[in-house]
Amino acid sequence: MTTPVTLRVWRGDATGGDFREFQVAAEEGEVILDVVHRLQATQAGDLAVRWNCKAGKCGSCSAEINGLPRLMCMTRMNVFEPGQPITLNPLKTFPVIRDLVTDVSFNYEMAKQVPAFKPRPRGPDGTHRMRQEDVDRVQEFHKCIECFLCQTVCHVIRDHPENKPAFAGPRLFVRYAALEMHPLDTNDRRQLLQDRMGLGMCNITKCCTEVCPEGIHITDNAIIPLKERVVDLRYDPLWKTFRRVFRLRDPAAVPGP
Amino acid sequence: MAEYETHDYDVVVVGAGGAGLRAAVEASAAGARTALVCKSLLGKAHTVMAEGGIAAALGNVYPEDNWRVHFRDTMRGGKLINNWRMAQIHAQEAPERVLELEEWGALFDRTADGRILQRDFGGHRYARLAHVGDRTGLEMIRTLQQHAVHRGIDVFMECTVTRLLKDGDRIAGAFAYWRESGKFVIFQAPAVVLATGGIGKAYKITSNSWEYTGDGHALALWAGADLMDMEFVQFHPTGMVWPLSVRGILVTEGVRGDGGVLLNNAGERFMFRYIPEMFAAETADTEDEADRWYTDKKNCRRTPDLLPRDEVARAINTETKEGRGTPHGGVFLDIANRRDADYIKRRLPSMYQQFLELADVDITKEAMEVGPTCHYMMGGVRVDPETQASTVPGLFAAGEVGAGLHGANRLGGNSLSDLLVFGRRAGLGAAEYAGALGPRPAVDQTAVADCAAEALRPFEGGGENPYAIQSDLQECMHNLVGIIRTEGELKRALEELAVLRDRAGRAGVEGHRQYNPGWHLALDLRSMLAVSECIARAALERRESRGGHTREDYPQADPEQATFNVVVRQRGDEVALTHEAKLPMPDDLRQLLEAT
Repeated sequence: MTTPVTLRVWRGDATGGDFREFQVAAEEGEVILDVVHRLQATQAGDLAVRWNCKAGKCGSCSAEINGLPRLMCMTRMNVFEPGQPITLNPLKTFPVIRDLVTDVSFNYEMAKQVPAFKPRPRGPDGTHRMRQEDVDRVQEFHKCIECFLCQTVCHVIRDHPENKPAFAGPRLFVRYAALEMHPLDTNDRRQLLQDRMGLGMCNITKCCTEVCPEGIHITDNAIIPLKERVVDLRYDPLWKTFRRVFRLRDPAAVPGP
Repeated sequence: MAEYETHDYDVVVVGAGGAGLRAAVEASAAGARTALVCKSLLGKAHTVMAEGGIAAALGNVYPEDNWRVHFRDTMRGGKLINNWRMAQIHAQEAPERVLELEEWGALFDRTADGRILQRDFGGHRYARLAHVGDRTGLEMIRTLQQHAVHRGIDVFMECTVTRLLKDGDRIAGAFAYWRESGKFVIFQAPAVVLATGGIGKAYKITSNSWEYTGDGHALALWAGADLMDMEFVQFHPTGMVWPLSVRGILVTEGVRGDGGVLLNNAGERFMFRYIPEMFAAETADTEDEADRWYTDKKNCRRTPDLLPRDEVARAINTETKEGRGTPHGGVFLDIANRRDADYIKRRLPSMYQQFLELADVDITKEAMEVGPTCHYMMGGVRVDPETQASTVPGLFAAGEVGAGLHGANRLGGNSLSDLLVFGRRAGLGAAEYAGALGPRPAVDQTAVADCAAEALRPFEGGGENPYAIQSDLQECMHNLVGIIRTEGELKRALEELAVLRDRAGRAGVEGHRQYNPGWHLALDLRSMLAVSECIARAALERRESRGGHTREDYPQADPEQATFNVVVRQRGDEVALTHEAKLPMPDDLRQLLEAT
């Protein structure tokens, strides 16, 4: 069954732009990315849009659909009110390159600053033994497809771009959590999280968790435990005494390689 | 003479999926100044979509497993036309490559005693696939990506290579454009590793993403390298079929590995009727034995639902053609009636989500509808098994764009291990080649000017819509060079491809050079058309049925034709075909094939 759809697509570049209206056909069972592709193939060959897998696995086709950050490939047409126009605009938190494509290099720059995974040595039999229960909680974080929807919705940077140099954002906090809770990792990134990654700026409004297409409990399972770990580092009296007695340096003061 | 942004490297890796990342990591570790150039953002390459696992004979679940059994399975799955040396290296090195990923942070599912868990897959004698639920590719690409970033490798994202540059016979670099700005960029490098993946976007129904336009195959062909086994295209038996929007999206073989079965519209487990002689001795012939095999591999033979992919895809094709298919033209894949909901959600979380969200099907309660989808290219650049060097000095290839390991049909799980094993070898091969080189080859400025002119031609206002040409190409390849082929249809395909090539020469695009997908597609069309012609011509040449190449007019495998590979090369404007005799296999390996 074919139905006509009105798309209001933001078109423009870094210098400015505005919404253009298009009439496009939608077939039964389609997602909005199908409709955008049809628009591209028939009316707007140069419409800039990022996509790859079209199955919710790569996280490329993020956009703001009727104001909500979503993956275009996982947004079914039947979620929209029939007859109502659908607006599509690029992710607000990142600079526009063209049309629906934004410059997400911020995320890649922040990723470069994450201190690397540093495993403990292998066991006597030459393998790493780990229990599934210990792996489970980190595997949740590894589900992240880097769609950056959590980054775009986070008001610390969405409304205050000036915070970007000092705030890694939810995606990166998930990555830090994955490393900090990795059963094999020996690095310590707590001081860095506190001093340079802006962990303290998150006031746990859970906007990130709500938009995560992978259902990762970003706030509850990643950010809050990280905050607790940072607090432990500063205020653990036992550790403080231990440090004083043995004249140890604070292990977290050195972020590692 | 225009001045373009220019970079100097020892090794340029084209493509940032598993093979490209692994190659770049190795080249950089070997001391080569290395660049990684990719069409998409880092971490979005096709590897991210791989689901089931990495085949490696770790022997964690079945201690009986070892490289010899893996070698045997790979060769038999490939219908014995594989490069035996590659199959040997692959089986021997895969376990260490998997453990290395763990050393770099990957977290695989675990056995009860804490080791890496392995799952059953088609054509593998033992449970062999190291995996993370059904999102193994994501774990692999993220691990490699982060490792590469920490190594400080220069990454050129959303940058597309359109031509390789040569100095005489040797590679001198590559010509590319930035997708974001449309500006050109020149890489001066004596060694280039192609890791560009496959060709699926030349077909209508495919599990492949937009990037899979055969760029590396075409770049190699145009640079004078040999392509091999181009007639062998894998149709994965289980792609989604409904709604049309998701047609072709992959349904992991892990569904069957974890207990799912294929049924026709009469509820019959039809695969029992399609057991080929080659696999009869190791395949269960009753449902009872097949069901017991999941837990008792010593006394039972494997379920025919897990025959190699070519066999299963052909069987599904026959069932639907003969009227025993589902309402939407597939067959049923049922795990709901075989395993409990918790197990399904734990083992196959992304399949559960994919069907629920895209098709309104709860796979814990009802059967899926599935059908064949173009999935993988066995054919590609002919390479040296040890170094992955092509026949052009300085040009290397690894992963799907390379040929040889998988022969006529790839086993599930052997792709991810291929990327790791031969990605590493290609990176090392390229770094050693560049390091041993005397005076460096120079980029020819006339060639650069030609590349620029060629890339800009679509802006000169030809009237053909590139999207329409791609759609017609996909229709042609699907209908005439698909799962079942005949001489008449292949000849018609070649005629249609000539017309399409002509139209592509007149492809025109609107707008400007900044992030213009119409323009990008117009350029990708050249690769898709070149590769499609190679496939059709090689398919015409092989007058037998073997693996991913089925000729209705030559339905049997012909032992005579197992002695050579079809090789394609471009000389002038002509594409020439030759038969290259296979090297004889050493006796010790041959004996492994005959072991039961």
